[in-house]
Order: sequence, then C-alpha cells, then structure tokens
Amino acid sequence: MTVKLPIYMDNHATTRVDPRVVDKMVPYFSEIYGNAASKTHAFGRQAEEAVDHARKQLAKAIGASSDKEIVITSGATESDNLAIKGAAHMYREKGDHLITVCTEHKAVLDSHHALEKEGFRVTFLPVKTDGLVDLAQLEAAMTDQTILVSIMAVNNEIGVVQPLAEIGKLCKKRGILFFCDAAQAIGKIPLNVEELGIDILAFTAHKLYGPKGIGALYVRRKNPRVRLEAQMHGGGHERGLRSGTLAVPLIVAFGEAAELITTNQAEETGRLLALRERLWAGLNAKLQHIYLNGHATERAPGSLNVSFAYVEGESLLMGISDIAVSSGSACTSSSLEPSYVLKALGVDDELAHTSIRFGIGRFNTEEEIDYTIARVVDVVSRLREMSPLWEMVQEGIDLRTVNWTGH
Amino acid sequence: MAYSEKVLDHYNNPRNVGALPKDDPTVGTGVVGAPECGDVMKLQIKVGANGVIEDARFKTFGCGSAIASSSLATEWVKGKTLAEAAAIRNTDIVQELNLPPIKIHCSVLAEDAIRAALADFAAKQEKNA
Repeated sequence: MTVKLPIYMDNHATTRVDPRVVDKMVPYFSEIYGNAASKTHAFGRQAEEAVDHARKQLAKAIGASSDKEIVITSGATESDNLAIKGAAHMYREKGDHLITVCTEHKAVLDSHHALEKEGFRVTFLPVKTDGLVDLAQLEAAMTDQTILVSIMAVNNEIGVVQPLAEIGKLCKKRGILFFCDAAQAIGKIPLNVEELGIDILAFTAHKLYGPKGIGALYVRRKNPRVRLEAQMHGGGHERGLRSGTLAVPLIVAFGEAAELITTNQAEETGRLLALRERLWAGLNAKLQHIYLNGHATERAPGSLNVSFAYVEGESLLMGISDIAVSSGSACTSSSLEPSYVLKALGVDDELAHTSIRFGIGRFNTEEEIDYTIARVVDVVSRLREMSPLWEMVQEGIDLRTVNWTGH
Repeated sequence: MAYSEKVLDHYNNPRNVGALPKDDPTVGTGVVGAPECGDVMKLQIKVGANGVIEDARFKTFGCGSAIASSSLATEWVKGKTLAEAAAIRNTDIVQELNLPPIKIHCSVLAEDAIRAALADFAAKQEKNA
C-alpha cells in the first residue's frame, strides 16, 4: 500500500481546487481580462459572457429558476452578512424578530448579534442531541413580528443535515423568509431551492473544489420576491445588491466547479458515503469507547465527527500529524473553550475535548482511509496507555464520582 | 500550533510513563486537573530511606504540552530531595520547553502535580509515624 503523505482530510475547512477548474480559470487572468461592466468593447463583453455563463451554472447547481437570482459575493461570510442584515434592514417595518440556531456558523451568529445591538430581537434555538432543530420549537418561536429564519443546511463541525423542506414549509405557512447558509452543503448533498422553499441561500466556491475568495447569494425573485438592503455600496453591480468589480477568473472557476458537481452528484455522493462508512467501521472494529457526534444518517456523506474518550484531541492530532483533520478540543482554539457546537448537542466538555472532525472529499482514496484508520488506532491506543482516565476506567472507577481539582 | 523541538521530543518519547503501586508507603501520588478542562495529570514519586526521590512515573490526559510538562517533571524530580522537588517552579518548565503563553497552564498543572505527590507522601509518612 503506497499512500502519499500528508493526507488531506479536512474538506470542511476548504477543498483542493479541481485541476479541471484551474484550467478553465487561467485564461481569464491574462487573455480575457476585461472588466465585465465594460459593455462598450469586446474585452468587456467577453468577460461579461463568461460571467453570464457561470451564473447559469451556479443557478442550475441549486435549482434556481433564473440566473438573475444569483448575486456574486466574496464568499459565504459576506453572503451571510448580506442576507441577514440586508433582510433585517429591508423588512424592519414588518417586524423586528429573527430566528436562528445556536449551532450556526459564526458569520450567521455574529450578524445576528450585530442586529441585536440595533434593537432587533433574536431567538437562538437550541438543537436536539443529534444536532437537528426541533421543528415544534421552531414553529413555537415564530411570531407575527418574525421576518427571517436563518438555518444552515449542513453543519460545518458535525456535518448534520437540517430538515430543510419542513423548515421551508413552516416559513411559507407563516409568510416568513427562509435563509439557508449552504456553504457546507453545495457539492456534498443535492439541494434545490424550489423544492425546499428556500428564499435566500449562501454558498461559496472553495468548499466545492473551486477557489477561495468567491461566493454567491441566491435571492428569490418570485413567490415571494425577496428584497435586500445592500451592504456594499458603489457602482451598482449585481443589480445594486453588491457593488464591486466582478472577479471574472474566480467566477468562471466557481461556475465550472458547480457544473462538475451538478453532473457528478450521485456518483460523488455514493463514493464519499462508502469511504465514510469504511472509516467508521474500521475505527469501530479496533477501538472501544468512541462516539459519533451528530445524527448517524442525516449527515453530509463525507463528514464524520468522532469523540475518542480518554484521549485529548490536540494530543491525538499531534500523533497523526501526517493526516490533516481538525479537532473540537479547546486546546486547538485560542479561546480554550471546547466547541460550542458540540456543547449545544449536550456533549460533555470531557468528550468535546476528545473530538476529531474527519472531512472526506473528492480526492481521498480507499488507501488513505485505511492508512488513517491504522494511524488513529495506533495513536489512540498509545495515548490511552498514558491516560490516567483510561487507567481509572480500566480499574472500574466511575469518573463522575471523582472529586476533580478543576483549574 | 507550532511545538518546540523539546515538546515534540517529550511527546514522541515520553519519559517515565506508567504507574507505581499507590498503596506503597514510600510512594506519593498526585492527581490534578479535570477531564472537562481537557487535562488531568497523575504524577507519582517513590522516596528512598534517605529522603531522595529515587523514581517517578506519570500518566497524562491532555494536549502535547501537558504531556511534555509532566514528562519533564518526572525527569526533574528524580534524584532530588523532597525540598528540592518542592522548589521546582512552573516557570522553569515554561523556559525549558519554550511553552507559548496559551500553554502556560500546562506547566502550572505539572507544578501542582509535583506538590500533590509530595503532599500525599507527607500525609502517608505522618500516618505511619
């Protein structure tokens, strides 16, 4: 078995740009380099055509009915800000209440915190222990003043997929806009804004094998026609919603990456799912006391978040340094707080410290999965041998009864 | 997180991992930290009749810096008198391992572990006196 090291298995963080995407993008740097807004000459018109084509590819990838519904941004963080602040400001007269979920990405949570300072009221819904939103709680939180519900498609840490169709129906019934941060979803699961009743949707190129620095916001134009207040003012690009010269090479790449997803979704999903099941089965066959975080089946196919009890996550990462994954351990963050997402699921801090996020992607192979299983089993076993907690558990001591000297 | 060479060395080749019989009257055991904080250290010393620490062992649940701090602590206490061991300061560990500010608590925990082991030994001595 030959495996090229290091192995990249952190595809929630970002993905490698597909070489086919790079090929499409390159000519737009030095050959077709016009400004897409320069409609008076051929350089500009060629650039504009390329952008138009990419916009169609993007619209198709999410099932939008018109490419006019795609607003190009710099990435999902900007899209989240534009969607949430843009909708809140536009519909302020209608109501001052927003609903989101406590396991959302920081770009969503902090946009809401910013709006709270402006006087908006926000409900941060909890999640169930499997990471999913309780639909009854969501419905109960809706009021006549609620103008926007923001719920992500796929969680960036634990990979769970929220019940989008049901959320879409609840929002429609109450006439509330539904914004979905789908940064981790597009390219991982099939997603259709029409079928799911999504009114606004954020996504980004670098999570779907495209380049960093380019994203999009889907803004529904019919049933209902959604209006947003621009956050970036200037030349009136993107129908006034997002001024700034279009990054043509990046947009071309984004479109191409989306097209590759659209044409290969079923095959890719199947392949990633098989790799994930191989990883989980392999770890389970050799290690006891390991726990899956988040719903077992309602999850993106390449996503696996596992707690390895009695082994601290950062020390595990150190031991498997030739495999790029990430941890929910406090020690890997600057705050020394364990993951707020795992906390929201009710995962004990103790287990949150031991969690590892595996993000399997398009370029991972079976051999890499097998290598990862072997390395993780080896390092976890070694670290457990030097873990006082493991020793106590082997001696039959219940760790909950120990009087710890926390610091 | 970039680790110093010394932290990596202790992580990859930890010294004195293991356990001493905790009921032995010449053994002092210190367990400090808490699982929910992400680090627990167990440090043990075996004290000779001459009052010199002749052996030490540790087990640590924690990040690489916590493992390295406790591994280093066992190395340092060996061959020292009880008073000398009690004089080891976390700042000495920080300096030796080049710990960044965010990892200073690991060295504090190692100092606490040494003191807890010394206290346990002293308590046993008193009981048996």
